[in-house]
Amino acid sequence: IRFILIQNRWYMQFDDDEKQKLIEEVHAVVTVRDAKHTNFVEFRNFKIIYRRYAGLYFCICVDVNDNNLAYLEAIHNFVEVLNEYFHNVCELDLVFNFYKVYTVVDEMFLAGEIRETSQTKVLKQLLMLQSLE
Amino acid sequence: KSKEAEIKRINKELANIRSKFKGDKALDGYSKKKYVCKLLFIFLLGHDIDFGHMEAVNLLSSNRYTEKQIGYLFISVLVNSNSELIRLINNAIKNDLASRNPTFMGLALHCIANVGSREMAEAFAGEVPKILVAGDTMDSVKQSAALCLLRLYRTSPDLVPMGDWTSRVVHLLNDQHLGVVTAATSLITTLAQKNPEEFKTSVSLAVSRLSRIVTSASTDLQDYTYYFVPAPWLSVKLLRLLQCYPPPDPAVRGRLTECLETILNKAQEPPKSKKVQHSNAKNAVLFEAISLIIHHDSEPNLLVRACNQLGQFLQHRETNLRYLALESMCTLASSEFSHEAVKTHIDTVINALKTERDVSVRQRAVDLLYAMCDRSNAQQIVAEMLSYLETADYSIREEIVLKVAILAEKYAVDYAWYVDTILNLIRIAGDYVSEEVWYRVIQIVINRDDVQGYAAKTVFEALQAPACHENLVKVGGYILGEFGNLIAGDPRSSPLVQFNLLHSKFHLCSVPTRALLLSTYIKFVNLFPEVKTTIQDVLRSDSQLKNADVELQQRAVEYLRLSTVASTDILATVLEEMPPFPERESSILAKLKKKKGPSTVTDLEDTKRERSVDVNGGPEPAPASTSAAVGPLPAFAFPNNPCISAGGFEFVCKNNGVLFENQLLQIGLKSEFRQNLGRMFIFYGNKTSTQFLNFTPTLISLHARASLCLFLTKPVDPTVDGGAQVQQVVNIECVSDFTEAPVLNIQFRYGGTFQNVSVQLPITLNKFFQPTEMSSQDFFQRWKQLSNPQQEVQNIFKAKHPMDTEITKAKIIGFGSALLEEVDPNPANFVGAGIIHTKTTQIGCLLRLEPNLQAQMYRLTLRTSKETVSQRLCELLSQQF
Repeated sequence: IRFILIQNRWYMQFDDDEKQKLIEEVHAVVTVRDAKHTNFVEFRNFKIIYRRYAGLYFCICVDVNDNNLAYLEAIHNFVEVLNEYFHNVCELDLVFNFYKVYTVVDEMFLAGEIRETSQTKVLKQLLMLQSLE
Repeated sequence: KSKEAEIKRINKELANIRSKFKGDKALDGYSKKKYVCKLLFIFLLGHDIDFGHMEAVNLLSSNRYTEKQIGYLFISVLVNSNSELIRLINNAIKNDLASRNPTFMGLALHCIANVGSREMAEAFAGEVPKILVAGDTMDSVKQSAALCLLRLYRTSPDLVPMGDWTSRVVHLLNDQHLGVVTAATSLITTLAQKNPEEFKTSVSLAVSRLSRIVTSASTDLQDYTYYFVPAPWLSVKLLRLLQCYPPPDPAVRGRLTECLETILNKAQEPPKSKKVQHSNAKNAVLFEAISLIIHHDSEPNLLVRACNQLGQFLQHRETNLRYLALESMCTLASSEFSHEAVKTHIDTVINALKTERDVSVRQRAVDLLYAMCDRSNAQQIVAEMLSYLETADYSIREEIVLKVAILAEKYAVDYAWYVDTILNLIRIAGDYVSEEVWYRVIQIVINRDDVQGYAAKTVFEALQAPACHENLVKVGGYILGEFGNLIAGDPRSSPLVQFNLLHSKFHLCSVPTRALLLSTYIKFVNLFPEVKTTIQDVLRSDSQLKNADVELQQRAVEYLRLSTVASTDILATVLEEMPPFPERESSILAKLKKKKGPSTVTDLEDTKRERSVDVNGGPEPAPASTSAAVGPLPAFAFPNNPCISAGGFEFVCKNNGVLFENQLLQIGLKSEFRQNLGRMFIFYGNKTSTQFLNFTPTLISLHARASLCLFLTKPVDPTVDGGAQVQQVVNIECVSDFTEAPVLNIQFRYGGTFQNVSVQLPITLNKFFQPTEMSSQDFFQRWKQLSNPQQEVQNIFKAKHPMDTEITKAKIIGFGSALLEEVDPNPANFVGAGIIHTKTTQIGCLLRLEPNLQAQMYRLTLRTSKETVSQRLCELLSQQF
């Protein structure tokens, strides 16, 4: 099961073929890199900020003039929330609760921008939503 | 095998869901949700789904959050453009937006933001701003509304006009809820770029906010402190917003400067945590602050501090930081306040180029070297870039080649170095040396006398290598064809040796290169008569004359013929040395811009160019004139002119050349004329190594009435550096016909002596002569009309030059007249016609030149409607033969 696929949130118009191609390209570019590389890769006329957590790659594709470190930590912030929400998340959690993961993503990112950064507030909201029928 | 099993399983499930959806029994909400969710999951696994949209849309109208959520998720992932569905979806969204239930409003806004279709924009672009600024909207809904509006603006800006809501949005920067502030800042940043006036009040609010965050104690902002860093993402966004505007008014600016200083100070303090998250968050803010400092480019103190901070990062153990420091320093290099500070890090950057293991980091190092390059370090930097090129990734070679070529040209004090550099480029990375690069080196060699011999010699030596790149053969072929004579005296590079060297590469080259070499061979026939038969034999061979390629065949045939029928004079004229190339923006620069696309590199180029434009007192007075192109001091067939003082009759029929030359000064000209107007570029070259002081050229016109108007566009700098060349432009207008030429008088101090040079400017009446074609009938008709004795002037004179038909024709055309064939019954005679353009009148002119070969004499007849014109033209033209 490929995490990236499940976690697709596209903030630009791409058609399905383009999306698939992009996914494959990003995968190819990112998985060959190791610790001596930076966490940033130039990709077409964008850049990819990524980090690896155990067996999973989390990638964000941003504009060339976006702040690299800010997005790198945005990824980490997001992962910490996932961790807290799913109580030590593992890949299987993400698979079976994939729609909940979208909720987390949409709470923290929207319209291609960072929406909320306070872990406290995000978790509070998530728990509230969880209690709804 | 498991793939097949998976597909089978999935198809089974799909069939099941399909039947449930079509079933007689209406599904309850829970089941519908379950199946729609499964469909979505299957889709995300990579299978196509072509049903379920209707059911998903139905879920939207449920009152249950969990069902609505799945419905919205499905339609935002599987976007469908069926108009009926769109109508239903928009309807559901409308209801949810009006529901006053923040959770439902949130879902609806997120859907709009995630889909962002034109139809949604049309439906909701009016509503969303209202929700955003309404007093009773909840914080989380405001956050979503702000970003939803941002998405709508991005995809359909025409549907989001500015209005009352804009000032309220600015006010959101003061909101208590930092999530709202974050979202609002993103929105304002995008809107401000297209509507700066509307949002300029956000600047002071942003500065206040930033200030409060940056100086906050660690116990404030609890929810928004991340690893001991207060609101890092919001800080970054505020700093980014400030980059949409120029430096603010003094009151606000003071506060902002304090803020930036605080950020810089904090970077120097010992870290509050060893975790990388802490340093990344802190540095994210730091880098954005530096970005703002660079953008404003107004506080030297801050710029230098930023540079020092980045300098420290250059040697940090974390690759990310070294990368970002190199990238950031690149933009710092173009600021005049920090350019020198950046240069101090050259050794670190060169080391990075050699030792960094991530190729993208090495690339940043290359970019930085390019940006920090100036006259003081050009040779060192070019040498390092060349050495890097030897082992560089293929994907970045072309860019490095272009950059080296640009730097070598821009900062060449000694053009021999430039030639060496380009030849090295070809040797190391020949495949990546595009045409623009080697065309340029040719242009420069042609335009600069002083490097032609060196170029010929160097290229000759380089060609000796057993395996040389085809681009080297092209450059070598061209240069030897033009300047091989400069090294032909040495037996080791005698004409035959040169020819054999080139020809040994011939069969290895592609068609375009071979075509070029053929041209070189015919030039050799002109330059070196002793190799003529050898070359003719080559041209005559079947492989040339019957070559499958049309271009090669044509060249071989024509050149062979030319070599046999043309007299030495004609050959010399046809194959005369190439004239200097006109100034133009370097096409290499254009190619680099195209490669890099819209990025800061192009801004860098403009800044680089702007800085070197200021020849009079800028930081780097370039020896060449105002652009990246080399100074167009004309190259001539006879480079070492003796002292010429008169305005040379040789200028009657040509527009470019050296007007005057002595030990100290060379004056070159390049002019163009059209109808009664003209423009003349005068180039003053200081041939010595000492400055000329009080350099003052003056135009003296000896006409009582202004028949010829001359305007100097701009005075020349009174100081002309040794080896420098300065240019002056003269605009010319012919008001009425004139006889006398204006005089150019130049005075200057050289060493302790006072120099005075006077020379006639070769502006003659025929410069305003425009050729007119006409039939034989017309000609004779007009000839008869001008039979008044005052209208005709005749001159019989002895020929001063060999009476060659082709050359004579060329001179008549060069004079400005049309050459009319088959008009005169005697085919040996030459007949011409044209119009002299002045501001006041236009004067038709006819001429006839009758040669007498036995007597070596000519009779020239001019007929025009004005006596003085006939006189002058006859006088001028007679001198030419």
